[in-house]
Amino acid sequence: MIDYRKMGLKVGLEIHQQLSTKHKLFCQCERFQSDEFDTHFDRRLRPTQSELGVIDPAAMFEFKKGKIIKYHANRESSCLVEADEEPPHDLNMEAAESALIVAMALKASIVDELHTMRKIVIDGSNTTGFQRTIIVALGGFLKTKDRETPVQTICLEEDAARLAADHENYREYCLDRLCVPLVEIALSPVEGPPEEIQDIALSLGRLLRATRRVARGLGTIRQDINVSIRGGRVVEVKGIQKLDLISKVVEFEATRQSGLMEIKSELEKRGAKAEGVGLPLDVTKVFEETECELVKKAIERGGIVVAVRLKNFSGLLGYEPYPDIRLGREMAEIVRFYGLGGIFHSDELPGYGITIKEMKSVKRSLEMSDVDAFVLLAGPKDSIFDAAMAIVERARDAIQGVPYETRGPTPDGKTRFIRPRPGPARMYPETDIPPIPITEELLSRLKKEVPKPWEAQIEEYSSRYGLSRKLALQVFDSEYSELFEEMALKTKVQPSLIAATLTETLVGLSRAGLRIDRLDGKDLGELFISLDKGRISKEAIPQILEVILREGVELEDAIKKTGIVTISEEELFQIVERIVKENRNLIKEKGGRAFSILMGRIMKIVRGSVDGAKVGLVLKKRIENEMKE
Amino acid sequence: MSELAGYKGSSLVLLKKSGVSIGDQIEITTPKMKYNGILMPRYEYADDLHIVIKLPNGYNVGVDVGSVHSIKRVSEGIKPHFAPPLTPPINPKLPRVSIVSTGGTIASRVDYRSGAVHPALSASELYSVVPELSHYALIDAEVLFSIYSENMKAEYWSAIASKVAEKVRDGYQGIVITHGTDTMGYTSAALSFALANVPVPVVLVGSQRSSDRPSSDAASNLIGAVIVACKAPFSGVYVVMHSDMSDDSLAVHLGTKVRKNHTSRRDAFESVNTAPVAYIKGKEIEKIKPNLPPRREDKEFVLKPNFDTRVALLKFYPSFDPEIIGYLVDKGYRGIVLEGTGLGHVGSYCYGRLKEATDRGLIVAMTSQCIWGRVRMTVYDTGRDLLNIGIIPLDDMPSETALVKMMWALGNADGIEEAKELMIRNLVGETNYRSDIERRPI
Ligand SMILES: [Zn+2]
Repeated sequence: MIDYRKMGLKVGLEIHQQLSTKHKLFCQCERFQSDEFDTHFDRRLRPTQSELGVIDPAAMFEFKKGKIIKYHANRESSCLVEADEEPPHDLNMEAAESALIVAMALKASIVDELHTMRKIVIDGSNTTGFQRTIIVALGGFLKTKDRETPVQTICLEEDAARLAADHENYREYCLDRLCVPLVEIALSPVEGPPEEIQDIALSLGRLLRATRRVARGLGTIRQDINVSIRGGRVVEVKGIQKLDLISKVVEFEATRQSGLMEIKSELEKRGAKAEGVGLPLDVTKVFEETECELVKKAIERGGIVVAVRLKNFSGLLGYEPYPDIRLGREMAEIVRFYGLGGIFHSDELPGYGITIKEMKSVKRSLEMSDVDAFVLLAGPKDSIFDAAMAIVERARDAIQGVPYETRGPTPDGKTRFIRPRPGPARMYPETDIPPIPITEELLSRLKKEVPKPWEAQIEEYSSRYGLSRKLALQVFDSEYSELFEEMALKTKVQPSLIAATLTETLVGLSRAGLRIDRLDGKDLGELFISLDKGRISKEAIPQILEVILREGVELEDAIKKTGIVTISEEELFQIVERIVKENRNLIKEKGGRAFSILMGRIMKIVRGSVDGAKVGLVLKKRIENEMKE
Repeated sequence: MSELAGYKGSSLVLLKKSGVSIGDQIEITTPKMKYNGILMPRYEYADDLHIVIKLPNGYNVGVDVGSVHSIKRVSEGIKPHFAPPLTPPINPKLPRVSIVSTGGTIASRVDYRSGAVHPALSASELYSVVPELSHYALIDAEVLFSIYSENMKAEYWSAIASKVAEKVRDGYQGIVITHGTDTMGYTSAALSFALANVPVPVVLVGSQRSSDRPSSDAASNLIGAVIVACKAPFSGVYVVMHSDMSDDSLAVHLGTKVRKNHTSRRDAFESVNTAPVAYIKGKEIEKIKPNLPPRREDKEFVLKPNFDTRVALLKFYPSFDPEIIGYLVDKGYRGIVLEGTGLGHVGSYCYGRLKEATDRGLIVAMTSQCIWGRVRMTVYDTGRDLLNIGIIPLDDMPSETALVKMMWALGNADGIEEAKELMIRNLVGETNYRSDIERRPI
């Protein structure tokens, strides 16, 4: 068991939540996601030079690869603004108000004037090459069960385009999500076990949902976390979409970083120095007649083989302080960024077709001793030195412990390298948008819109609608809390049934592999209204929903398709009558105990058309009559 | 930049009193907050009630002057330092191309510390910002003006034309002129007439998205312009800009037939009533139209850089006041280009004033506000009446080109009759006598 306190684990959360505004942040397009795209265009982004002529190395590498960016746009969800063919329109004040309300709910200090900035991002996720972002407030705190977490900043910004595919020579993005307003809340790094961190994220999410101004559903909220342990540097894990992944990711990172610190102390003991990591050396000659398929292929394609000497690293590239955590593996992840398949290192050699003789040759070329290690790379001339230099950097970082880098979550809660350290954020003013003063009038109007704490809203769900706390939380966290309230007020359907349908039933359908995001709120509302009017029975609900999702039909058609039209009372009487008559002997024999058998037979006929409870009542009465006779 | 650029009124008073300058590291204390950061310049048209500070995280925020308790200078600002950019190695055997800039930055560098954008103007700066240029040409860069496109004037056209003539005589294989896009079409027309028969390509180029953004069209347009300048087999004056929303499709437009037809799109420039003379795909010039004047080795051509600005372009509209024409006549104007309706008409209530104008020796010519299509004044009575008054129909010439041509004709001709004759004659492709069957031929 890892002692997180002892290792000095610190986690800073950064939450990005889409706002449910009528239109996007700097244009009049509506939020709307579609798989149909009618407009396509290609662009290249070039890194702008800074005052020192310095370009972010990662950005420069991307540019050198010459990747073309292909954009796909749907005319309903994107206009010339998203295509970067028209200057941004005025700031969407509905979005600004939402961000201000969030700031007030977090007791943050709101700035006096909003300034839109351009934050350079040149991976193509923004057509402009920058993300527009505005600081709305500073400070404040998030209150959870037993702690107050300080807020650093609250920003209003535009969401990025959706990555559709990444190919060797080009990358594809869809523009529908681009420019959707986001509120970004950065919390100060705090100490605590992973579950507690996850709990803070959950509370913050609920605080946001309580404003009723945020979008719901998968992909509408994303968490970035900054994880560090004592003595190491901060690692950024970007884009965690599922809340329950946070604790796993924190746990994995804490473990990985501890492992790296162990390697560091071993290197320290051996007296490893940054200078001991040599510069890449071309060793293609050694492999001219190699049996190693990978190296052979690379050379055949005109590529070269490069070796890097790591002084005092022997045994440490393959060393596994914790399962799956190895320096060699980290290096392999890094070179993938540069388009190479992986690396060979001396701890795993001879092997993969590389012979002892070849190893010895490399060692001689690198003037190595037995305590040293080496890394081999094979690939195209134009990118291999960049990759090799990244290995040099990574090895030097290993002597320091944990390198500062950007990682991404894997579906199972681990992390993988995605980008080398980005330079300091490059920001400059968005001169197309004038500054916007925040007036006292605006603030005092918005003050009235600051929601009750989410705990109070949950209480209300329990006291007013009779939901269990668990169900109340479930429906509050779902996409449908507003629909729930509307239907609970509008219909006489039992609130707990509405809540359970909107949560458990839908989750069940989703687990069955159905795309519940295709359901729209209106259909669900109509479903409860139909139930209220007695047109369908509550038993029929899952089946109707399933037909809608499986066959992509409208609610009305689904009701017809499932053949579930409520039968009249008279019809029910007739069915009961028939079954009772057919089973007179059984009733005589078993008396009241015949009920459950007959009930089963009747339900087989009427399931979905009539409420089981009602069938029970009618049947019970009829059996009693029969017995009296 | 002045010490407190953009600040005025109460914010200026407060900053002066506090003794701080832009770029200083300062600390502002308000009842709510303590801000640490760099004092930033104020957006010129913004109010005088806020002070702008750049926080350590890079964000700017405005602080209400009324709430400020104190402003302290923590340390003096660091002046932006521009390291000399690295220049890629250049093959000395490449063709020589001269880049003359007139304004509208085609390349720039950003000072992320202060947010300032600095134009990249020298050859070495251009090479470092757009390294691809080194594959094509030996660049020589010169800043002629640094003016906004809308401040362009006929006297600047003359200066640009003279500069180009000088560069041609110096032996450059092509000349690129960077220009703000708003009036680039007018300048291209002006140079087309002033530099008729120029032996090399003269290419105007601009950008629709500013060069300080990674998505700017500036670099790809500039590369395209340099490719045309050093490789095109034809000579003459052209505009190179995007032909659609994608970065790798550029069009080469004839200088007298090009018009800015969109306020913001990259493909705003279109050839009107004709197809572009060529396209650029990647590194290659494609689909070159036949019958373009070829590139020549001799340096013989006549520079005619004079423009008479006593010419007006009038757009006719319902209830147009004919006294406007009377005013121009009284003011001593020498020519009027009418942008008439449809096939080339103006209301009959203007005839009196128009007759007066032609009687007084003004050249009056007709173009159409339809933009696309040809003026035909023999179809309706109105047109015939106008012809009788002496209005010259200009076929399918764009009205902006007609205006520029008339200024040039009056500036260089010997008398009004010669100027009229020049107006009618097709000199550098400004008039086509055949209309393509396609609306936008490619
Ligand atoms: Zn839009």
